[in-house]
Amino acid sequence: MNAARAPHDDANGGLTRRFTLSRAREQVIQFALLLCALVSIVTTVGIIFALVSESVVEMSGSGKAFFQEVSAVEFFTETEWSPNFAGAQQHFGILPLLVGTFMVAGVAAMFGLPIGILSAVYLSEYASPRVRSIIKPVLELLAGVPSVVYGYFALIFITPYVLEPIFEDVFGMEVEVFNVLSAGIVVGIMTLPTVCSMSEDALRAVPRSLREAGYALGSTKFDVSVKVVLPAAISGIVASFLLAVSRAVGETMAVAMAAGNTPSTAVSLLKGHQTMTGFIAQMSMGETPQGTIEYKSLYAVGLSLFVITLVMNIVSQQVMRRFREVYQ
Amino acid sequence: MAPPQSEPSGAPQRRASALSQPQRAGREVSHAAQSSEAAATASKIDSKSTGPVNVPKPESKLSPPLNTTAKFEVRGLDFFYGANQALYNVSLDVPARSVTALIGPSGCGKSTFLRVLNRMNDIIEETRVTGTVLLDGIDIYDRRIDVVELRKRVGMVFQKSTPFPKSIFDNISFGPRLAGINGKARLAEIVETSLQRAALWSEVKDRLKESALALSGGQQQRLCIARALATNPDVLLMDEPASALDPASTARIEDLIFELKENYTIVIVTHNMQQAARVSDQTAFFYTGHLIEHGNTQQLFTKPKEQQTEDYITGRFG
Repeated sequence: MNAARAPHDDANGGLTRRFTLSRAREQVIQFALLLCALVSIVTTVGIIFALVSESVVEMSGSGKAFFQEVSAVEFFTETEWSPNFAGAQQHFGILPLLVGTFMVAGVAAMFGLPIGILSAVYLSEYASPRVRSIIKPVLELLAGVPSVVYGYFALIFITPYVLEPIFEDVFGMEVEVFNVLSAGIVVGIMTLPTVCSMSEDALRAVPRSLREAGYALGSTKFDVSVKVVLPAAISGIVASFLLAVSRAVGETMAVAMAAGNTPSTAVSLLKGHQTMTGFIAQMSMGETPQGTIEYKSLYAVGLSLFVITLVMNIVSQQVMRRFREVYQ
Repeated sequence: MAPPQSEPSGAPQRRASALSQPQRAGREVSHAAQSSEAAATASKIDSKSTGPVNVPKPESKLSPPLNTTAKFEVRGLDFFYGANQALYNVSLDVPARSVTALIGPSGCGKSTFLRVLNRMNDIIEETRVTGTVLLDGIDIYDRRIDVVELRKRVGMVFQKSTPFPKSIFDNISFGPRLAGINGKARLAEIVETSLQRAALWSEVKDRLKESALALSGGQQQRLCIARALATNPDVLLMDEPASALDPASTARIEDLIFELKENYTIVIVTHNMQQAARVSDQTAFFYTGHLIEHGNTQQLFTKPKEQQTEDYITGRFG
């Protein structure tokens, strides 16, 4: 293969690189692997291009981009989201969608994180290998349940049989059929496998010597788990936290089903809200004509969502790296 | 019931023999129990000023001391990892306020023996102990012994320094805080005296709030010694405390051991025979799970009684 050396085969004492089938195969494999790696990069670039081309800079040649018609100031400060209305009634303020999104994510975090982290502590520190071999697969089963099933579960079980008895019968508060709380709870359950297995990995990675040092100072098992192992694993736990929240922000189907599609800035867990993902699902499945401002608003919302989850992923990576440096 | 097997062949019997163990231990405890001295010894320990020690009240079931100057008295100790026996019928006295070195080739059981003394092996699954281990005359493998309290009295320093990813101050105050000491002034006092005893105070007194992980290897090891001292133990177990350190740091640790033996009983495992000869008063030589010989350090190194000991200390094997 090497043109410079190939003619003088024996000049290098038989060490000259020669064309062989196995070397050719190596190169083919390398190229195939590169192609696979490129797929994800090309996809990401394509998505960014699509989002930007309809929302920020018009590149497809069909009139104006979204932000050329609606100012960014209006987009971020207006408190009403009504893209389907006409004329003066039409408003493009993303705030209601942000409120819905972050309320769902917040509720999900409040349910999913403590349970996820505590079950990780149980699995890593307390559970016998046998118990662990039963609980772990069951927990991972949760990750395999389709999102739409969770949405249905929220709608027909959590709202009528859990929330209504508690809030309507005990506190006398009205629970709407579509409400943020039920959506948040199911999203929290959906994030459990991620939080639990990532946190458990982080906990198990804490060296045994650190645990022994804890025991040697007169710690109980709980002391060792909470005061030695948990702080030492904090980077992985925080990373799992951020990943879970960004998953909760991006979750679509279950949220659209359980939280409804009424954009609202009211900070009430028992009312229906529309989230960013819920809006995208609703609009893209409807009959919005291409090229209209409503259609382009999809891309503006999509771009905002993309930026939010991107920032959270970057932050989670930074956190992981930083804490890892601290205790190498 | 299957008796403990000496070869790693009895895997299926593991469970059965593990079950028979408490009965064995119980018999041995009650066997040596009729003396009235037991009560006296136990109450002496209860009134010690080492904090809230939870050694159970004497009920004539605890063994009397066999030798009043010994801190630890180990009799007929067998130790098993699952079906593998790691220690065979070890009997050894550890005198108080002195340094006892445990030497021997890798895998000879010296670290296992050390970890028997504060029941650190309890956290490893499928291990079991038979025989008697008395600390100040109290059987530490008695069912009523609170292991957490035992470990507060028998501190341990490991081969690899194990600072927690916390500040220097929080590392030292970890043990006292577990014991329920929360007053700021009191903790600061404990941190200072512990660091002084471990000869680290002058180097770190201006940066107690900084991460312990920023210290050098030798400093980290002295930090771990200070952390062990902060729980106010009687005994300090050291598992090759200097094996990962450079010669200067090793010398500091050895000086420290020499100073500490005035107030503490020290048991040290070491691979380094010069170190054993330098720092210890007694030496015990382990080989393949057996205690081959023990006695005065100088004597053991100059006039060993056993051929195996002589072969080992002259470098013929190990």
